[in-house]
Amino acid sequence: MSDYLRQWFTLVVFGGLAVLLVAAFLGLGSLLRPSRATAQKGISYESGVDPQGGMWSQSNIRYYVFALMFVLFDVEAVFIFPWATRLEVYGVFGLVEMAIFIFILALGLFYAWRKGLLRWI
Amino acid sequence: MSSALLAVELAYWQQTVIRALVGLVAVLLPAGTLVYLFLFKMMSFMQSRLGPMEAGPYGSMQLLAEVGKFLQKEDLVPRAADRIVFKLAPFVVLISTFLLVLVIPAGPDLWFIDIDTGIFLALAVSSISVIGVLMAGWASASKYSLIGGLRAAGQLVAYELPLVLAVMGVVIQAGTLNMQGIVMAQATGEIFGWGGIGNPFIITQFVGFAIFIVAVQAELTQPPFDMPVAESEIVTGYLTEYSGLRFLLFFIGEFATAGIFAALAATLFLGGWYVPGLDPTSNLFNVIGPAVLMGKMILVAFLIFWFRFTYPRFREDQLQQLAWKVLIPLALANIVVTGVLKVVL
Repeated sequence: MSDYLRQWFTLVVFGGLAVLLVAAFLGLGSLLRPSRATAQKGISYESGVDPQGGMWSQSNIRYYVFALMFVLFDVEAVFIFPWATRLEVYGVFGLVEMAIFIFILALGLFYAWRKGLLRWI
Repeated sequence: MSSALLAVELAYWQQTVIRALVGLVAVLLPAGTLVYLFLFKMMSFMQSRLGPMEAGPYGSMQLLAEVGKFLQKEDLVPRAADRIVFKLAPFVVLISTFLLVLVIPAGPDLWFIDIDTGIFLALAVSSISVIGVLMAGWASASKYSLIGGLRAAGQLVAYELPLVLAVMGVVIQAGTLNMQGIVMAQATGEIFGWGGIGNPFIITQFVGFAIFIVAVQAELTQPPFDMPVAESEIVTGYLTEYSGLRFLLFFIGEFATAGIFAALAATLFLGGWYVPGLDPTSNLFNVIGPAVLMGKMILVAFLIFWFRFTYPRFREDQLQQLAWKVLIPLALANIVVTGVLKVVL
Protein backbone atom coordinates (compact mmCIF):
# COMPACT_ATOMS: atom_id res chain seq x y z
CA MET A 1 0.00 0.00 0.00
CA SER A 2 1.18 3.51 -0.72
CA ASP A 3 1.58 6.00 2.12
CA TYR A 4 -1.49 7.84 0.88
CA LEU A 5 -3.70 4.76 1.02
CA ARG A 6 -2.23 3.77 4.39
CA GLN A 7 -3.45 7.04 5.87
CA TRP A 8 -6.96 6.38 4.67
CA PHE A 9 -6.75 2.83 5.95
CA THR A 10 -6.14 4.32 9.41
CA LEU A 11 -9.51 6.03 8.98
CA VAL A 12 -11.16 2.69 8.26
CA VAL A 13 -9.43 1.22 11.33
CA PHE A 14 -10.84 4.00 13.52
CA GLY A 15 -14.32 3.45 12.16
CA GLY A 16 -13.94 -0.23 13.05
CA LEU A 17 -12.67 0.77 16.48
CA ALA A 18 -15.89 2.66 17.18
CA VAL A 19 -17.99 -0.34 16.16
CA LEU A 20 -15.80 -2.57 18.31
CA LEU A 21 -16.14 -0.32 21.36
CA VAL A 22 -19.93 -0.21 21.12
CA ALA A 23 -20.09 -3.97 20.55
CA ALA A 24 -17.75 -4.62 23.50
CA PHE A 25 -19.82 -2.43 25.81
CA LEU A 26 -23.09 -4.07 24.79
CA GLY A 27 -21.52 -7.54 24.93
CA LEU A 28 -20.21 -6.95 28.45
CA GLY A 29 -23.58 -5.57 29.46
CA SER A 30 -25.44 -8.59 28.12
CA LEU A 31 -23.43 -10.79 30.53
CA LEU A 32 -24.32 -8.68 33.55
CA ARG A 33 -27.79 -7.28 33.01
CA PRO A 34 -31.08 -8.94 33.88
CA SER A 35 -33.61 -9.68 31.15
CA ARG A 36 -37.19 -9.84 32.37
CA ALA A 37 -39.17 -8.43 29.49
CA THR A 38 -42.84 -7.78 30.13
CA ALA A 39 -45.47 -6.34 27.80
CA GLN A 40 -45.61 -3.22 29.96
CA LYS A 41 -41.94 -2.44 29.40
CA GLY A 42 -42.36 -2.44 25.61
CA ILE A 43 -44.83 0.44 25.57
CA SER A 44 -43.55 3.73 24.16
CA TYR A 45 -43.04 6.39 26.80
CA GLU A 46 -45.67 9.10 26.80
CA SER A 47 -45.38 10.67 30.23
CA GLY A 48 -46.97 7.72 31.98
CA VAL A 49 -50.30 7.53 30.14
CA ASP A 50 -51.10 5.00 27.38
CA PRO A 51 -49.74 6.22 24.03
CA GLN A 52 -52.36 7.73 21.75
CA GLY A 53 -52.63 7.29 17.97
CA GLY A 54 -49.76 6.46 15.62
CA MET A 55 -46.21 6.81 16.82
CA TRP A 56 -44.90 8.48 13.66
CA SER A 57 -46.87 11.70 13.78
CA GLN A 58 -46.76 14.57 11.31
CA SER A 59 -44.36 17.37 12.05
CA ASN A 60 -43.47 20.88 11.03
CA ILE A 61 -42.57 21.48 7.35
CA ARG A 62 -40.05 24.12 8.51
CA TYR A 63 -37.43 21.45 9.21
CA TYR A 64 -37.56 20.41 5.55
CA VAL A 65 -37.16 23.98 4.31
CA PHE A 66 -34.20 24.60 6.60
CA ALA A 67 -32.59 21.32 5.54
CA LEU A 68 -32.93 22.39 1.88
CA MET A 69 -31.32 25.74 2.65
CA PHE A 70 -28.53 23.94 4.46
CA VAL A 71 -27.77 21.78 1.44
CA LEU A 72 -27.55 24.88 -0.77
CA PHE A 73 -25.26 26.81 1.54
CA ASP A 74 -23.09 23.87 2.50
CA VAL A 75 -22.30 23.13 -1.13
CA GLU A 76 -21.36 26.79 -1.58
CA ALA A 77 -19.12 26.60 1.49
CA VAL A 78 -17.25 23.68 -0.03
CA PHE A 79 -16.34 25.88 -3.01
CA ILE A 80 -14.69 28.46 -0.74
CA PHE A 81 -12.19 25.98 0.75
CA PRO A 82 -9.88 25.53 -2.27
CA TRP A 83 -9.89 29.28 -2.84
CA ALA A 84 -8.97 29.93 0.81
CA THR A 85 -5.86 27.74 0.61
CA ARG A 86 -4.56 29.45 -2.56
CA LEU A 87 -5.41 33.09 -1.81
CA GLU A 88 -1.75 34.10 -1.58
CA VAL A 89 -1.21 33.01 -5.18
CA TYR A 90 -4.36 34.53 -6.65
CA GLY A 91 -3.98 37.92 -4.92
CA VAL A 92 -6.38 40.69 -5.85
CA PHE A 93 -7.87 38.65 -8.72
CA GLY A 94 -8.92 35.87 -6.35
CA LEU A 95 -10.21 38.37 -3.84
CA VAL A 96 -12.52 40.09 -6.35
CA GLU A 97 -13.75 36.75 -7.67
CA MET A 98 -14.59 35.51 -4.19
CA ALA A 99 -16.15 38.84 -3.21
CA ILE A 100 -18.57 38.39 -6.13
CA PHE A 101 -19.24 34.78 -5.12
CA ILE A 102 -19.91 35.66 -1.48
CA PHE A 103 -22.02 38.65 -2.57
CA ILE A 104 -24.28 36.32 -4.59
CA LEU A 105 -24.36 33.90 -1.64
CA ALA A 106 -25.35 36.69 0.74
CA LEU A 107 -27.93 37.85 -1.80
CA GLY A 108 -29.46 34.36 -1.72
CA LEU A 109 -29.58 34.43 2.07
CA PHE A 110 -31.11 37.90 1.98
CA TYR A 111 -33.73 36.72 -0.55
CA ALA A 112 -34.69 33.80 1.70
CA TRP A 113 -34.81 36.21 4.60
CA ARG A 114 -37.15 38.63 2.77
CA LYS A 115 -39.34 35.75 1.62
CA GLY A 116 -39.82 34.84 5.29
CA LEU A 117 -38.09 31.45 5.02
CA LEU A 118 -35.88 32.19 8.00
CA ARG A 119 -38.88 32.94 10.20
CA TRP A 120 -39.96 30.07 12.43
CA ILE A 121 -43.79 29.64 12.25
CA MET B 1 4.79 9.16 6.22
CA SER B 2 6.93 9.54 9.28
CA SER B 3 7.70 6.13 10.67
CA ALA B 4 10.23 7.51 13.17
CA LEU B 5 8.19 7.92 16.32
CA LEU B 6 10.55 9.12 19.03
CA ALA B 7 13.41 7.63 17.03
CA VAL B 8 11.95 4.12 17.08
CA GLU B 9 11.38 2.50 13.70
CA LEU B 10 8.03 0.72 13.57
CA ALA B 11 6.35 -1.29 10.87
CA TYR B 12 3.06 -0.02 9.52
CA TRP B 13 0.92 -2.56 11.32
CA GLN B 14 2.66 -1.77 14.62
CA GLN B 15 2.01 1.92 14.08
CA THR B 16 -1.62 1.21 13.32
CA VAL B 17 -2.08 -0.86 16.46
CA ILE B 18 -0.49 1.88 18.56
CA ARG B 19 -2.62 4.51 16.84
CA ALA B 20 -5.77 2.49 17.53
CA LEU B 21 -4.92 2.12 21.23
CA VAL B 22 -3.97 5.79 21.57
CA GLY B 23 -7.15 6.66 19.67
CA LEU B 24 -9.26 4.81 22.25
CA VAL B 25 -7.55 6.75 25.02
CA ALA B 26 -7.88 10.00 23.07
CA VAL B 27 -11.63 9.53 22.84
CA LEU B 28 -12.41 8.15 26.30
CA LEU B 29 -9.96 10.12 28.45
CA PRO B 30 -11.20 13.62 27.50
CA ALA B 31 -14.79 12.41 27.82
CA GLY B 32 -14.18 11.11 31.34
CA THR B 33 -12.18 14.17 32.33
CA LEU B 34 -14.85 16.56 31.11
CA VAL B 35 -17.67 14.69 32.82
CA TYR B 36 -15.89 14.50 36.17
CA LEU B 37 -14.19 17.90 36.12
CA PHE B 38 -16.99 19.98 34.70
CA LEU B 39 -20.32 18.15 34.78
CA PHE B 40 -19.82 16.72 38.27
CA LYS B 41 -17.56 19.17 40.05
CA MET B 42 -17.62 22.57 38.35
CA MET B 43 -21.41 22.58 37.99
CA SER B 44 -21.75 21.60 41.65
CA PHE B 45 -19.45 24.37 42.81
CA MET B 46 -21.28 26.90 40.66
CA GLN B 47 -24.50 25.80 42.34
CA SER B 48 -22.99 25.92 45.86
CA ARG B 49 -22.90 22.19 46.46
CA LEU B 50 -20.13 19.61 46.62
CA GLY B 51 -21.12 17.13 43.94
CA PRO B 52 -20.10 13.47 44.22
CA MET B 53 -17.90 12.95 47.30
CA GLU B 54 -18.40 9.32 48.35
CA ALA B 55 -16.79 7.23 45.60
CA GLY B 56 -13.03 7.60 45.97
CA PRO B 57 -11.21 10.78 47.04
CA TYR B 58 -13.41 13.76 46.08
CA GLY B 59 -15.69 11.40 44.20
CA SER B 60 -13.07 10.68 41.54
CA MET B 61 -14.26 7.08 41.14
CA GLN B 62 -17.84 8.21 40.54
CA LEU B 63 -17.47 7.64 36.79
CA LEU B 64 -16.59 3.97 37.27
CA ALA B 65 -19.55 3.62 39.61
CA GLU B 66 -21.81 5.14 36.94
CA VAL B 67 -20.54 2.80 34.24
CA GLY B 68 -21.03 -0.14 36.62
CA LYS B 69 -24.58 0.99 37.23
CA PHE B 70 -25.36 1.33 33.52
CA LEU B 71 -23.89 -2.11 32.82
CA GLN B 72 -26.52 -3.69 35.06
CA LYS B 73 -29.52 -1.99 33.45
CA GLU B 74 -31.97 -4.03 31.44
CA ASP B 75 -31.79 -3.53 27.67
CA LEU B 76 -35.21 -2.33 26.55
CA VAL B 77 -36.39 -1.76 22.98
CA PRO B 78 -39.93 -0.38 22.62
CA ARG B 79 -42.30 -2.75 20.85
CA ALA B 80 -43.28 -0.17 18.24
CA ALA B 81 -39.66 0.72 17.44
CA ASP B 82 -37.78 -0.09 14.25
CA ARG B 83 -35.42 -2.51 15.97
CA ILE B 84 -32.56 -2.53 13.49
CA VAL B 85 -32.30 1.22 13.04
CA PHE B 86 -32.83 1.71 16.78
CA LYS B 87 -29.81 -0.47 17.53
CA LEU B 88 -27.65 0.97 14.73
CA ALA B 89 -27.99 4.59 15.87
CA PRO B 90 -25.38 4.51 18.70
CA PHE B 91 -22.87 2.95 16.31
CA VAL B 92 -23.28 5.81 13.84
CA VAL B 93 -22.86 8.47 16.53
CA LEU B 94 -19.73 6.80 17.94
CA ILE B 95 -18.23 6.33 14.45
CA SER B 96 -18.58 10.06 13.90
CA THR B 97 -16.75 10.70 17.18
CA PHE B 98 -13.91 8.31 16.40
CA LEU B 99 -13.36 9.68 12.91
CA LEU B 100 -13.30 13.21 14.33
CA VAL B 101 -10.40 12.48 16.67
CA LEU B 102 -8.28 11.32 13.72
CA VAL B 103 -7.22 14.72 12.44
CA ILE B 104 -5.94 16.25 15.68
CA PRO B 105 -2.14 16.25 15.92
CA ALA B 106 -0.48 16.09 19.35
CA GLY B 107 3.13 16.75 18.28
CA PRO B 108 5.33 17.12 15.19
CA ASP B 109 5.39 13.34 14.70
CA LEU B 110 2.37 12.42 16.78
CA TRP B 111 -0.62 12.19 14.52
CA PHE B 112 -3.24 9.65 13.56
CA ILE B 113 -3.63 10.85 10.01
CA ASP B 114 -1.67 13.59 8.25
CA ILE B 115 -3.54 14.41 5.06
CA ASP B 116 -3.77 17.64 3.10
CA THR B 117 -7.51 17.92 3.67
CA GLY B 118 -7.30 17.55 7.48
CA ILE B 119 -9.75 20.12 8.82
CA PHE B 120 -12.07 19.51 5.87
CA LEU B 121 -12.27 15.83 6.83
CA ALA B 122 -13.07 16.79 10.42
CA LEU B 123 -15.92 19.07 9.37
CA ALA B 124 -17.25 16.40 7.02
CA VAL B 125 -17.27 13.52 9.52
CA SER B 126 -18.68 15.69 12.31
CA SER B 127 -21.96 15.85 10.39
CA ILE B 128 -22.30 12.06 10.31
CA SER B 129 -23.67 12.30 13.85
CA VAL B 130 -26.73 14.12 12.46
CA ILE B 131 -27.67 10.89 10.68
CA GLY B 132 -27.27 8.92 13.92
CA VAL B 133 -29.44 11.37 15.81
CA LEU B 134 -32.14 11.30 13.12
CA MET B 135 -32.02 7.49 13.12
CA ALA B 136 -32.43 7.42 16.89
CA GLY B 137 -35.30 9.89 16.81
CA TRP B 138 -37.18 8.19 14.00
CA ALA B 139 -36.63 4.56 14.99
CA SER B 140 -37.76 5.06 18.58
CA ALA B 141 -41.38 5.40 17.40
CA SER B 142 -42.21 7.84 20.14
CA LYS B 143 -43.63 11.32 19.64
CA TYR B 144 -41.07 12.89 21.92
CA SER B 145 -38.22 11.14 20.13
CA LEU B 146 -39.43 12.17 16.69
CA ILE B 147 -39.81 15.83 17.66
CA GLY B 148 -36.46 15.73 19.45
CA GLY B 149 -34.73 14.08 16.52
CA LEU B 150 -36.09 16.63 14.05
CA ARG B 151 -35.19 19.52 16.31
CA ALA B 152 -31.69 18.13 16.73
CA ALA B 153 -31.26 17.66 12.98
CA GLY B 154 -32.58 21.15 12.26
CA GLN B 155 -30.22 22.63 14.82
CA LEU B 156 -27.17 20.61 13.82
CA VAL B 157 -27.47 21.51 10.14
CA ALA B 158 -28.15 25.19 10.95
CA TYR B 159 -25.00 25.46 13.09
CA GLU B 160 -22.89 23.35 10.76
CA LEU B 161 -22.70 26.35 8.41
CA PRO B 162 -21.28 28.93 10.88
CA LEU B 163 -18.87 26.20 12.04
CA VAL B 164 -17.57 25.60 8.51
CA LEU B 165 -17.46 29.29 7.62
CA ALA B 166 -15.68 30.25 10.86
CA VAL B 167 -12.90 27.79 10.08
CA MET B 168 -12.47 29.43 6.66
CA GLY B 169 -10.77 32.47 8.24
CA VAL B 170 -8.15 30.21 9.77
CA VAL B 171 -7.65 28.40 6.47
CA ILE B 172 -7.13 31.73 4.66
CA GLN B 173 -4.54 32.83 7.21
CA ALA B 174 -2.71 29.52 7.32
CA GLY B 175 -3.04 28.85 3.57
CA THR B 176 -3.53 25.14 4.17
CA LEU B 177 -6.15 22.63 5.31
CA ASN B 178 -3.53 20.36 6.87
CA MET B 179 -3.75 20.42 10.68
CA GLN B 180 0.03 20.26 11.14
CA GLY B 181 0.32 23.07 8.62
CA ILE B 182 -2.15 25.16 10.62
CA VAL B 183 -0.20 24.56 13.84
CA MET B 184 3.07 25.45 12.07
CA ALA B 185 1.50 28.58 10.59
CA GLN B 186 0.61 29.67 14.09
CA ALA B 187 4.02 28.76 15.49
CA THR B 188 5.97 30.64 12.83
CA GLY B 189 3.45 33.39 12.08
CA GLU B 190 3.62 37.06 12.90
CA ILE B 191 0.98 39.46 14.18
CA PHE B 192 1.37 42.53 11.95
CA GLY B 193 5.11 42.02 11.75
CA TRP B 194 5.68 41.00 15.37
CA GLY B 195 6.53 37.33 15.84
CA GLY B 196 7.18 37.19 19.60
CA ILE B 197 4.57 34.56 20.37
CA GLY B 198 3.95 33.37 16.84
CA ASN B 199 0.40 34.01 15.71
CA PRO B 200 -2.21 32.10 17.70
CA PHE B 201 -5.25 32.68 15.49
CA ILE B 202 -7.44 33.49 18.48
CA ILE B 203 -5.93 37.00 18.33
CA THR B 204 -6.25 37.70 14.61
CA GLN B 205 -9.34 35.52 14.16
CA PHE B 206 -11.22 36.37 17.32
CA VAL B 207 -14.57 36.71 15.52
CA GLY B 208 -14.01 33.30 13.95
CA PHE B 209 -13.17 31.83 17.36
CA ALA B 210 -16.33 33.27 18.93
CA ILE B 211 -18.52 31.94 16.10
CA PHE B 212 -16.77 28.56 16.29
CA ILE B 213 -17.37 28.22 20.04
CA VAL B 214 -21.04 29.19 19.76
CA ALA B 215 -21.53 26.77 16.87
CA VAL B 216 -19.75 23.98 18.78
CA GLN B 217 -22.04 24.60 21.72
CA ALA B 218 -25.03 24.16 19.43
CA GLU B 219 -23.52 21.11 17.70
CA LEU B 220 -23.21 19.43 21.10
CA THR B 221 -26.88 20.25 21.87
CA GLN B 222 -25.76 21.66 25.19
CA PRO B 223 -27.54 24.45 27.03
CA PRO B 224 -28.28 27.18 26.02
CA PHE B 225 -28.84 25.28 22.74
CA ASP B 226 -30.46 22.18 24.23
CA MET B 227 -33.89 22.54 22.63
CA PRO B 228 -33.61 19.00 21.10
CA VAL B 229 -33.35 17.46 24.57
CA ALA B 230 -35.45 20.03 26.46
CA GLU B 231 -36.61 17.95 29.42
CA SER B 232 -39.53 20.21 30.33
CA GLU B 233 -41.16 19.74 26.91
CA ILE B 234 -40.03 16.51 25.27
CA VAL B 235 -38.44 14.51 28.12
CA THR B 236 -34.97 13.84 26.60
CA GLY B 237 -35.82 14.22 22.92
CA TYR B 238 -34.31 11.57 20.69
CA LEU B 239 -32.91 9.73 23.73
CA THR B 240 -36.29 9.22 25.40
CA GLU B 241 -36.63 5.54 24.51
CA TYR B 242 -32.97 4.69 25.05
CA SER B 243 -32.14 3.17 28.41
CA GLY B 244 -29.16 1.60 30.11
CA LEU B 245 -26.04 1.00 28.04
CA ARG B 246 -27.39 2.42 24.80
CA PHE B 247 -28.11 5.68 26.56
CA LEU B 248 -24.63 5.61 28.07
CA LEU B 249 -23.11 5.19 24.62
CA PHE B 250 -24.89 8.32 23.37
CA PHE B 251 -23.71 10.08 26.51
CA ILE B 252 -20.10 9.01 25.95
CA GLY B 253 -20.41 10.11 22.33
CA GLU B 254 -21.65 13.54 23.34
CA PHE B 255 -18.91 14.23 25.85
CA ALA B 256 -16.15 12.69 23.76
CA THR B 257 -17.27 14.94 20.92
CA ALA B 258 -17.24 17.90 23.31
CA GLY B 259 -13.63 17.09 24.20
CA ILE B 260 -12.61 16.58 20.59
CA PHE B 261 -14.26 19.80 19.42
CA ALA B 262 -12.47 21.61 22.25
CA ALA B 263 -9.18 20.08 21.08
CA LEU B 264 -10.04 21.09 17.52
CA ALA B 265 -10.66 24.68 18.65
CA ALA B 266 -7.40 24.57 20.62
CA THR B 267 -5.54 23.40 17.51
CA LEU B 268 -7.17 25.88 15.16
CA PHE B 269 -7.10 28.96 17.37
CA LEU B 270 -4.71 28.43 20.30
CA GLY B 271 -1.71 26.91 18.53
CA GLY B 272 -2.37 23.24 19.26
CA TRP B 273 0.62 21.41 20.72
CA TYR B 274 2.91 24.43 20.31
CA VAL B 275 4.25 26.57 23.17
CA PRO B 276 5.56 30.04 22.18
CA GLY B 277 9.28 30.59 22.47
CA LEU B 278 10.42 27.09 21.52
CA ASP B 279 11.51 25.61 18.21
CA PRO B 280 8.38 24.01 16.69
CA THR B 281 10.39 21.30 14.93
CA SER B 282 12.21 20.13 18.07
CA ASN B 283 11.67 16.60 19.31
CA LEU B 284 10.67 18.04 22.67
CA PHE B 285 7.13 18.57 21.40
CA ASN B 286 6.75 14.85 20.78
CA VAL B 287 7.04 14.50 24.55
CA ILE B 288 5.19 17.51 25.94
CA GLY B 289 2.84 18.03 22.97
CA PRO B 290 -0.01 15.82 24.22
CA ALA B 291 0.06 17.47 27.65
CA VAL B 292 0.09 20.96 26.11
CA LEU B 293 -2.81 20.05 23.83
CA MET B 294 -4.74 18.56 26.75
CA GLY B 295 -4.20 21.73 28.78
CA LYS B 296 -5.46 23.94 25.99
CA MET B 297 -8.37 21.58 25.41
CA ILE B 298 -9.38 21.84 29.09
CA LEU B 299 -9.21 25.62 28.77
CA VAL B 300 -11.58 25.70 25.77
CA ALA B 301 -13.84 23.06 27.36
CA PHE B 302 -14.01 25.20 30.49
CA LEU B 303 -15.35 28.04 28.35
CA ILE B 304 -17.93 25.76 26.70
CA PHE B 305 -19.15 24.36 30.00
CA TRP B 306 -19.16 27.78 31.62
CA PHE B 307 -21.70 28.86 29.00
CA ARG B 308 -23.57 25.63 29.54
CA PHE B 309 -24.10 26.19 33.26
CA THR B 310 -24.80 29.91 32.98
CA TYR B 311 -27.33 30.62 30.26
CA PRO B 312 -31.01 29.64 30.08
CA ARG B 313 -32.34 27.75 27.08
CA PHE B 314 -32.99 29.40 23.71
CA ARG B 315 -36.43 29.02 22.17
CA GLU B 316 -36.57 27.07 18.89
CA ASP B 317 -37.20 30.16 16.72
CA GLN B 318 -34.56 32.25 18.51
CA LEU B 319 -32.11 29.42 18.04
CA GLN B 320 -32.64 29.17 14.29
CA GLN B 321 -32.63 32.94 13.87
CA LEU B 322 -29.31 33.26 15.70
CA ALA B 323 -27.72 30.81 13.28
CA TRP B 324 -29.19 32.12 10.03
CA LYS B 325 -29.53 35.85 10.70
CA VAL B 326 -26.51 36.57 12.91
CA LEU B 327 -23.80 33.91 12.76
CA ILE B 328 -23.84 33.11 9.01
CA PRO B 329 -23.74 36.75 7.79
CA LEU B 330 -21.09 37.49 10.42
CA ALA B 331 -19.01 34.51 9.31
CA LEU B 332 -19.30 35.54 5.64
CA ALA B 333 -18.18 39.08 6.54
CA ASN B 334 -15.30 37.57 8.51
CA ILE B 335 -14.15 35.64 5.43
CA VAL B 336 -14.20 38.77 3.25
CA VAL B 337 -12.35 40.92 5.81
CA THR B 338 -9.76 38.21 6.42
CA GLY B 339 -9.24 37.78 2.68
CA VAL B 340 -8.80 41.53 2.12
CA LEU B 341 -6.34 41.81 5.02
CA LYS B 342 -4.41 38.79 3.79
CA VAL B 343 -3.98 40.25 0.29
CA VAL B 344 -3.35 43.85 1.38
CA LEU B 345 -0.89 43.13 4.19
